[in-house]
Amino acid sequence: MRHNLANVLLPAAAIAAALLVFGVFVAFAGANPVEVWLLLFKGAFGDAYSWQNTLQRAAPLMLTALCVAIPARAGLVVIGGEGALVLGGLACAAMAQALPLPGNIAGTVVVCMAGAAAGALWIALAGALRQYRGINETISSLLLAYVAIGIFKHLVEGPLRDPASLNKPSTHSLQPGLLIGGIAGSDVHWGFVLGAVACLLAAVWLRWTPSGFSVRVVGGNLRAAQLVGLPASRLVLLACALGGAAAGLAGAVEVAAVHTSANASLVAGYGYAGILVAFIARHEPLAVIPVAILFGGFGAAGSLLQRRLGLPDASVLVLQGIAFVLILASEALRDVDWQAQWTRLVQPARPAPAVGPSQREREQLLESEQALS
Amino acid sequence: MTADQWVTFIAAIAGGALRVGAPFLFVSLGECITEKSGRINLGLEGVLVLSAMASFGASYLSGSAWVGALAGAATGALLASLHGALCSLPRVNDVATGIALMLFGTGLAFYLGKPLIQPQAPQLPAIALGNWSDSAAVRSALQVNVLVPIGLLLALALTWAFANTRAGLLVRMAGDSANATRALGYSVSAIRIAATTAGGLVAGLGGASLTLFYPGSWNEGISSGQGLIAVALVIFARWSPLRCVGAALMFGGAGAIGPALQSIGIGWGYHLFNVVPYVLTLLILVATCRPGSVIAGSPGELSSRQ
Repeated sequence: MRHNLANVLLPAAAIAAALLVFGVFVAFAGANPVEVWLLLFKGAFGDAYSWQNTLQRAAPLMLTALCVAIPARAGLVVIGGEGALVLGGLACAAMAQALPLPGNIAGTVVVCMAGAAAGALWIALAGALRQYRGINETISSLLLAYVAIGIFKHLVEGPLRDPASLNKPSTHSLQPGLLIGGIAGSDVHWGFVLGAVACLLAAVWLRWTPSGFSVRVVGGNLRAAQLVGLPASRLVLLACALGGAAAGLAGAVEVAAVHTSANASLVAGYGYAGILVAFIARHEPLAVIPVAILFGGFGAAGSLLQRRLGLPDASVLVLQGIAFVLILASEALRDVDWQAQWTRLVQPARPAPAVGPSQREREQLLESEQALS
Repeated sequence: MTADQWVTFIAAIAGGALRVGAPFLFVSLGECITEKSGRINLGLEGVLVLSAMASFGASYLSGSAWVGALAGAATGALLASLHGALCSLPRVNDVATGIALMLFGTGLAFYLGKPLIQPQAPQLPAIALGNWSDSAAVRSALQVNVLVPIGLLLALALTWAFANTRAGLLVRMAGDSANATRALGYSVSAIRIAATTAGGLVAGLGGASLTLFYPGSWNEGISSGQGLIAVALVIFARWSPLRCVGAALMFGGAGAIGPALQSIGIGWGYHLFNVVPYVLTLLILVATCRPGSVIAGSPGELSSRQ
């Protein structure tokens, strides 16, 4: 119970502290911190329009956070979600270009599956390099992300380019039937529901299924997993593939719901923000949903800060960076025994209370009782 | 290709190895110092970007490129010391902290560097190595960053210091056995914070060579993972400063293939040639790493959970 409380309170305190530090930071740039905090809230959750913007950004964040959270449960630190996202978007656009797909929900499912498959393969590659070659997956996944972006640019500006896209090289736009629309006429597209469902499924899988449990055993104690005969390498690959599939799906959804074609706008840093979301959510898929909405909100508020106060658009990146550093630092407070600290603070002069009679005292007591009788 | 084009191409690769390799050299030396003390600092990517911005800004404001280079080194040391201090807290993991500082450093650099995208700053002087040739292309390709010789001297000095000085031996001891360090009455945290800070200082010079020599301007795409490649490069160099030099030059050469091809008029596959360093890093890791075994020369305490 105390553990669960710390799991919620520590990140919440760290985010609050990050907002405070960010306020001091923008004060140096001449902005009024109170105004910045108000704008952050207004731009994120102030009205229906900002809520739509927030949820639209939360959709890919949830999926890229899963790309960090699921492998993390298997004991891996994968940070190359950006590469899986970019390739997922590319595969989605390429699939729509290569095959005469039906312009309905079935076609949309096919392009999304293509994106998920591309992402799954990419992150599984990082997992395989670790399991079979002993290469640090943190480094390899990030290097693979740069390779993915290179391949993406080469194909989008070369073989897959729509000749009509002059200033901004893009692939051919998806036919209207394949696009993912808004929910009930709003700007919030079904990708948000998809992301939330993916988080739910991941939580159920990790919590209630044998394979999900096995993945957690592998992540928790590899030696124990090997002793009970779990196929550790296969489970690690599975976790990586599922995480990669989530990030690839994020790319496909961004293409099918927001950009309508694969172009440079897809490389927007959602993969990196997803790392932060997963770490704050402590790699717990259910917690990813609210954290992704919060950081989607900060992203949405960024443009408002830029327009109203003239702060650079990177100010949101600074806020994210401060939050990440403080979240990690807050882990140091986890083992502090707050009750003992409080007692020491409130009653500094009082001597430590005796726990009970010591062995020696008990013997003396016994002797005196015997002497009396 | 004609003979002339070949000469230009090879000069462009050789010059590129020295030019593109300079940031690799400094960051890998910095990472080498850090890892020798038993910690991994993935945040050097953030250090590189932030110090690149700081160097450019300081050079622009002061009018002296050398002040810029010093500012870059100081900024790098400052950000790296944050990494060192955070990792000394209980339950704080060095890899995760590195990722956090990577995001923080780049975010901060983009934020503070917004007004620096347009202006031109004074650049570091160049050493001309191409005066033997009549070709202007070869001459311009072999202009070498003045920081490169400093980096080479630094690599030699580090090799000597790790073997012969008290400080060097202390850093290596902290990296090989924290318990032995404690037994001798030294603070493991203090040594590691000092080593991480020194690593950031050296890596900061890499940032300076990015914005004050090549490409010589500040923009948000100034570093694309050079800091991380350098981490992989230290593994490849088996934690030896001298081997870091060779590895950095090789990576510089690989990174120069795309621009070199463009300089002789081949534009096809520009983006594909740009990913060569990353693919090369991965291939080298595949060739050097073995599952379940420790590479020779690896500090014993590296990233061990305390």
